[in-house]
Amino acid sequence: MFRPEFFLYLLTMAGVTYLIRMLPLVLIKEKIKNKYILSFLDYIPYTVLASMTVPAMFYATDIVPAAVGFAVAVLCGYLEQSLVKVAAFSCLGVLITELVIKYV
Amino acid sequence: MENNSFLKGIKDGLPICIGYFAVSFAFGISAVQSGLTWAEALLISMTNLTSAGQVAGVPIIAGGGSFIELAVSQLVINSRYALMSVSVSQKLSKRVGLLHRFLIAFGNTDEIFAVTMSNKASVGKKYMYGLILTPWIGWSSGTLLGSLAQNILPAVVISSLAVAIYGMFIAIVLPAMKKSSNITFCVLFAITLSCIFKYAPFLSKVPSGFVIIICAVISSAVFALIAPTSEKKEEDGNV
Repeated sequence: MFRPEFFLYLLTMAGVTYLIRMLPLVLIKEKIKNKYILSFLDYIPYTVLASMTVPAMFYATDIVPAAVGFAVAVLCGYLEQSLVKVAAFSCLGVLITELVIKYV
Repeated sequence: MENNSFLKGIKDGLPICIGYFAVSFAFGISAVQSGLTWAEALLISMTNLTSAGQVAGVPIIAGGGSFIELAVSQLVINSRYALMSVSVSQKLSKRVGLLHRFLIAFGNTDEIFAVTMSNKASVGKKYMYGLILTPWIGWSSGTLLGSLAQNILPAVVISSLAVAIYGMFIAIVLPAMKKSSNITFCVLFAITLSCIFKYAPFLSKVPSGFVIIICAVISSAVFALIAPTSEKKEEDGNV
């Protein structure tokens, strides 16, 4: 079920990931007052997620179905649907497009 | 005024839980396809709770890559969490002690972070534990079922699940863009940078984890300077 070296890999992976999350949370206790730093932190979640998504999403599967999935997600996101609905409709868009390309 | 209800946390975590279930189902499938066992995939999800990092780490583990490579890949891809943890450190109630900060840090994912920050008031430890618990259950159980179901599902379903995680990211970003033209332009700027890194010669050789950091830091820094957000928010908070 497990290879012997697996646990060393697991420790490395989980350890590094945890330290990244833990150190700032534990070390920074004062409220930051500087408005530029606060603004920077306001923008960060959106810029991180956006740069993770574009263009990577278009390569997650074949490019045409992926583009349809992207368009569907943007539309649903614009209509402020829940996380789950947006993800589900996006997958559905990809699935339908793939089936159309394959069989029509 | 602080938000510190465990049940409210569970409730706010529920949509993330369902989304994670779908996404980690896809992760479980791909992990087993790469050569990991279902138990290995499950343990990775239970201890890491991170989509992009796990997706990058699995081929390294399956292929017997070096520990340095694995550590660096996680450091690069997940260093965005350091930025998010700085933000969370500002959002946590001052009364959340050190021990609890050690525990809460484990659950700082993109989506849990986004929901944490969407609270108007500061948040307490009970709320955070609820908000982390439900997504963690979704992430772990999805991985388990996906890695077991890998042989059953047709390929076309598996490939369509690959976009699930990006759909979730878009669901977080789009409403924020709708509300603020500054966020819209900042996001478009970040996307432009990330496309340049994908297609430009030389720059396209930069590992994808680094690209995320560079694009996010540059675009956020530029917009923090030309369009600071916090002044207005502080006024709102004082009313």
